[in-house]
Amino acid sequence: MSTREIDRIEGTGIPVRGDNIDTDRIIPARFLKAITFDGLGDHVFEDDRAAMPGHPFSNPAYAGARILLVNENFGSGSSREHAPQALKRWGIDACVGESFAEIFRGNSLAIGLACVTAPRDVVGGLMTRVETAPATSLTLSVSDRVLDAAGERVAVTVEDQVRDALLAGTWDATGLLLDDFDVVRGVASRVPYVRGF
Amino acid sequence: MSRTLLQKVWDLHTVRRLPTGQTQLFIGLHLIHEVTTPKAFDMLRSRGIGVAFPERTFATTDHIIPTLDQARPFADPLAEAMLSALEGNCREFGIPLWNLDSERQGIVHVIGPELGLTQPGMTIACGDSHTSTHGALGAVAFGIGTSQVRDVLASQSLAMSPLKVRRISVDGELAAGVFAKDVVLEIIHRLGVKGGVGHAYEYGGSVVDGMSIDERLTVCNMSIEGGARVGYVNPDETTFDYLRGRPFAPEGEAFDRAVSWWRSMASDPGADYDDVVAIDGAEIEPRVTWGINPGQSVGVSQRIPAAGSNGGVAEALEFMGLAGGDPIRGTKIDVAFVGSCTNSRLSDLREAARIAKGQRVARHVKALVVPGSVAVRAAAEAEGLDQVFREAGFEWRGAGCSMCLAMNPDRLEGRQVCASSSNRNFKGRQGSPTGRTLLMSPAMVAAAALAGEVTDVRTVL
Repeated sequence: MSTREIDRIEGTGIPVRGDNIDTDRIIPARFLKAITFDGLGDHVFEDDRAAMPGHPFSNPAYAGARILLVNENFGSGSSREHAPQALKRWGIDACVGESFAEIFRGNSLAIGLACVTAPRDVVGGLMTRVETAPATSLTLSVSDRVLDAAGERVAVTVEDQVRDALLAGTWDATGLLLDDFDVVRGVASRVPYVRGF
Repeated sequence: MSRTLLQKVWDLHTVRRLPTGQTQLFIGLHLIHEVTTPKAFDMLRSRGIGVAFPERTFATTDHIIPTLDQARPFADPLAEAMLSALEGNCREFGIPLWNLDSERQGIVHVIGPELGLTQPGMTIACGDSHTSTHGALGAVAFGIGTSQVRDVLASQSLAMSPLKVRRISVDGELAAGVFAKDVVLEIIHRLGVKGGVGHAYEYGGSVVDGMSIDERLTVCNMSIEGGARVGYVNPDETTFDYLRGRPFAPEGEAFDRAVSWWRSMASDPGADYDDVVAIDGAEIEPRVTWGINPGQSVGVSQRIPAAGSNGGVAEALEFMGLAGGDPIRGTKIDVAFVGSCTNSRLSDLREAARIAKGQRVARHVKALVVPGSVAVRAAAEAEGLDQVFREAGFEWRGAGCSMCLAMNPDRLEGRQVCASSSNRNFKGRQGSPTGRTLLMSPAMVAAAALAGEVTDVRTVL
C-alpha cells in the first residue's frame, strides 16, 4: 500500500495567532457527530470565527492558503483526528509553528499534513509578513528543511522520522506495519499476558 | 541495567525498527468507542483488510449517548447513526461490544480498569486522548486518532517515536479536602500544559503510593492535559489487590504468576529518568481553574492572576468574564457536573455525596451526577448515594461522558458557568461556544452546587 510522497508544499499562508489553541477550537465536538470526515472543512474554527469577526479563516485575503502559521502547543487536548482533517479539507497541507501537541502532530502526519517547527521570532516574523502581504508565496521543502517566503529562506525543524515518512510516502503507516506481520505474531506470542499467565 | 517501567514495556512490545526510524510497537489491548472508529473501519473495508486480533479489541459506547432517555432510536439521528455504525462494525469484525443493554457499559476509561482488562505491563491504545488514564495500573496507554485506530485494527501495532520519562514525586501528606484532582491540577499548573510533550509522566512518592486506584486513575487521566500522552504509576500491592477477582484478571495460580511478572515490570530502583520533579503534597490546596486551559488554576484561597504582560491570561479572563486579582472563591456558578472519565468512579461519588448529604443545591443551580459506568451506578445505588443526591436536588443520570464534551444532550447554554469534575475547560468544551468551565474535584463541585458559588470544601467537611 503506497501513499503519496510529500516534499515541496507551495502556496500562500494563513496565520492564526495564539498559544495552546486546542482541538475543540479547531473543530468543536458537535461536528464529530458524524460517521465520515466529509464537510469538516466548512466548520474549521467555527466558534472562534463566530466570536471574532476578523478571524483569519473568515478573511477572504487568506482564501486558498495552504500553509498554516501557528504559535505554541497548537492542537492540544482531544485526540480527534477531525482537527487535522478539518484543516486539510479546508486546504491546509502544512503547518509551521513554534510547537505542536503530540497527538495532533501524529494525527497530522498520518494524513500527510506536515507539521514543522521554528523558533518564536521566526514564526512571528512569518506571521507579520503574511498579515502584511497575504499573497506572499511560501514554499516548504521537507527535504531541505527550509521555508522560502518569496525569496527569504528560513530554516525549519523537521524531525528525521517525520521527514523520512513524508519523503518516502509512508506517512500512512498501515502498509509498513503489515509488511512483516509474522514478527507481530512473534511478539504477541512472547508477551506474557497475551500468551497467558 | 536499571530501567523504567516505560523502557521495559517499550522493549518487550517492540516489533521492529521501521525504515522511518520509528518503532513498531505491539499493542496489547485496544479499546474502541463510537466516535473515533467509523472511518477507521471504512478504511479497512476499502482496503480489503481485516482486524488482526479481534480478541484483543473491546468496544463500548460512551460519548454520544443520552444520560436520560436511552430508548432507541435516539432522538438525535446523528447519534443514532454513530452507535448503529459501531454495532455494525463490531458485528462484521467480531469485536465484543458492551452496549447500552450491558451491565458492563460505561465510559471506556472507567470500564477498562473496572473489568480488569487494564493490567500492568500492557500497551493500550484507544481513540481518545484520556487513554493515559489506564497508566494508573502500570500500563503504557496511548491516546490515538482515527488513522491510528485503523492501524491498530489492521496490525495490532503502532508506529511510535520514543518517549522520555519524567518522574513526578509527590511526597508528604495531603490535607483533608485535598484530592487526587487537586494533585494533578497542581502538577499541570506547575509544569504547564505543554510541559509533558515528548514525555511519559511517572507518578510516585508517598502521596501517590498511598492513593487508591481510583485516585491514581484521576491523576493519570489528566496527564494529557499537561501535554504528556502517557502517564503511569508503578504497579504495587494496591494494584494487585484492585485487580484480584475482576472479570478479565487472571485467576488462581495464574494470578500469582501474573503478580510476579507485574511486579517485575515496575521501574527499577535507581532507574534513570530524563527529568525529576518533586512536589510537597502538604502545600497543595483544593484547586479551581479560572481560565481556558487546565494549567490555569489557583488554590481556592488564592486570587485570579492579573492579566499583566501575558496575552494568554488576558484572553482567558476576557472569555471567562473574570477580573484578574479577584478571589476565585465566591465565583457564581449556574451548573454543577460530577462525572467524566476523570472523576465518575464510586469513590468520587462518595466524596461528593458526603458533602451533599442532608443539604440542598442552591436554587439557581442545575446539578447533575453522572456515574462513569453501569457498574458504578449500581454500586452507588446499593449504598444509597442516588438517594442522597436526589434528596439534595441533584439529578441522577445514566452512565456516559455527559457534560464533559458536548456530544450528547447534556450541555451548557449561553454563558453559563459550570463547576465541573471533568478534565477540560477549553472554550466551548461543554457545548455552548460561550459556556464557561471551572474544573475542580467532585467534593468541590458538590460544595459549589450547594453554595451556588465556588466554595472552599475544607470549610464544609
